[in-house]
Amino acid sequence: MNPSLRRVGGTLLPPLLFGVLFLAGWQGFVRAADVRSYVLPAPSDIWSAAVDAHTRIIAAAQTSGLNALVGLVAGVVGGVLLAAIATRLPVLGGAITPLVAALAAMPIVALAPLLNNMYSPLSSLPRREVVAISAFVPVFINVLRGLSRITPVHRELMASYAASGTAVLRTIRVPSALPYFFTGLRVASSLAVIAAVVSEYFGGLQNGLGSRITSSVGATDYPAAWASVLGAVLLGLLFYVGALLLERLVLGRRAAPVT
Amino acid sequence: MTEPQETAAAAAVELHGVSKTFPGRRDAVVALQDIDLTVGPGEFVSLIGPSGCGKSTLLRIIADLLSPTSGEVHVNGKPARRARLDQDYGIAFQQAGLLDWRTVLANIELPLELHGVDRGQRKARALELVELVGLADFAKHRPPQLSGGMQQRVAIARALAESPTLLLMDEPFGALDEMTREHMQNELVRIAGDTQAAVVFVTHSIPEAVFLSDRVVVMSPRPGRIAEIVPVSLGPRTDDTREAPLFYAAITQVREALRGRPVPETVEVGVSIEQADRERAQGAL
Repeated sequence: MNPSLRRVGGTLLPPLLFGVLFLAGWQGFVRAADVRSYVLPAPSDIWSAAVDAHTRIIAAAQTSGLNALVGLVAGVVGGVLLAAIATRLPVLGGAITPLVAALAAMPIVALAPLLNNMYSPLSSLPRREVVAISAFVPVFINVLRGLSRITPVHRELMASYAASGTAVLRTIRVPSALPYFFTGLRVASSLAVIAAVVSEYFGGLQNGLGSRITSSVGATDYPAAWASVLGAVLLGLLFYVGALLLERLVLGRRAAPVT
Repeated sequence: MTEPQETAAAAAVELHGVSKTFPGRRDAVVALQDIDLTVGPGEFVSLIGPSGCGKSTLLRIIADLLSPTSGEVHVNGKPARRARLDQDYGIAFQQAGLLDWRTVLANIELPLELHGVDRGQRKARALELVELVGLADFAKHRPPQLSGGMQQRVAIARALAESPTLLLMDEPFGALDEMTREHMQNELVRIAGDTQAAVVFVTHSIPEAVFLSDRVVVMSPRPGRIAEIVPVSLGPRTDDTREAPLFYAAITQVREALRGRPVPETVEVGVSIEQADRERAQGAL
């Protein structure tokens, strides 16, 4: 086995093994103790429900995924722009930052029913807005921290070069903020999927994973509800891995990201 | 009065009555008082003194990173601000301050890039400089992969990128171990000789100041002022210089000056150079 393959095996094997053991334990427990499916269905039942409904689950995941993606992009763009403005205009930064901190403390999905009321019941917009606000917060906070972190040596060095503010932004602030941005993006991409799914719990269009979960529970089809949860887990993983790959692609061999 | 024209004869640094007061919350702190100092072209001058004597402040005033409260600062015959805008000096700090995401070469190119030098020229100059500081094999490495001494050499190469006639250094070897430090001092002596640049070097190591300098400016604290200027004449520096009696004599002289005692007239400079040369020749045999 070549070394890189062994390294991948070394990082993947333990969680895989743990996952298999966990599922086996779950299956064994449910069967042995004869647990009712409305309490906890066996993994095998969830799996067969997922296989049965896979086209509909995938369609629902696409809907929720699109809401998450659109909201994520909007939130990330907003977060980066506002952080850049807050860095250039410290007065404005001082005004915005406490508000964002308050926003971070608020359970943002709690806004979902209120936003739903503002739009037509057939609109995806309120969900995307919930996602955007959720994604905005970690991106703004991390990028702001990254942009404002300039060491005294770099500041003096750039002054000795008579470098303009824009040159400092381009050569020092942006590159040193990149790892922070990606940390924010990773958090935001997970939050985006959570926000997209949960915001569907409060009525409106019935076409996403969250809607499938509530309607399956309403119809007492618990394995189907769990199958949709599985879909949401995979969707969340997809977003997280996507963010991680983008980070590797951009930062390349640079030092490990700061968390 | 008209500004003196920049000529070959213009002093690298000229300070007249320079004072610096930092406004404090209760009372102002006088960091520097009435400093007069001239550094000739190609001359190596060290600033030494206890913490708080204002030596780093003085360096930053020469670099126009701080402005003096009063007095006049000229670099290469120009006002300090003009000299900074014209990139007349290169500067290195105690921390190398490299950009971790750039290769060694790209770090050295930074000032050239900021001042619009084209890619080809930049690259050629950077290659020349990694060679000069002995890091040609590490051109493509990134700073986190280098030792502290190597990082500092990259910082020095970067300071030399625009062929400045003046090199300002603020304790650049302060964070290095003793062996690396002596090696870097040898390198710096060679580089300063090769480039013909004047150097203003802040340190609080007496042997370092003596080994490197043509003159050691001894400063005293609160308020920071020049206590004494000790000329050092040791001839061309080699590793043997560090063991020469004259070297120790000069160290003693600087130490006494730092303590504020009258300097005993033991070092007769003119005679001693020959003596040192004789000793070095004997050592070589």
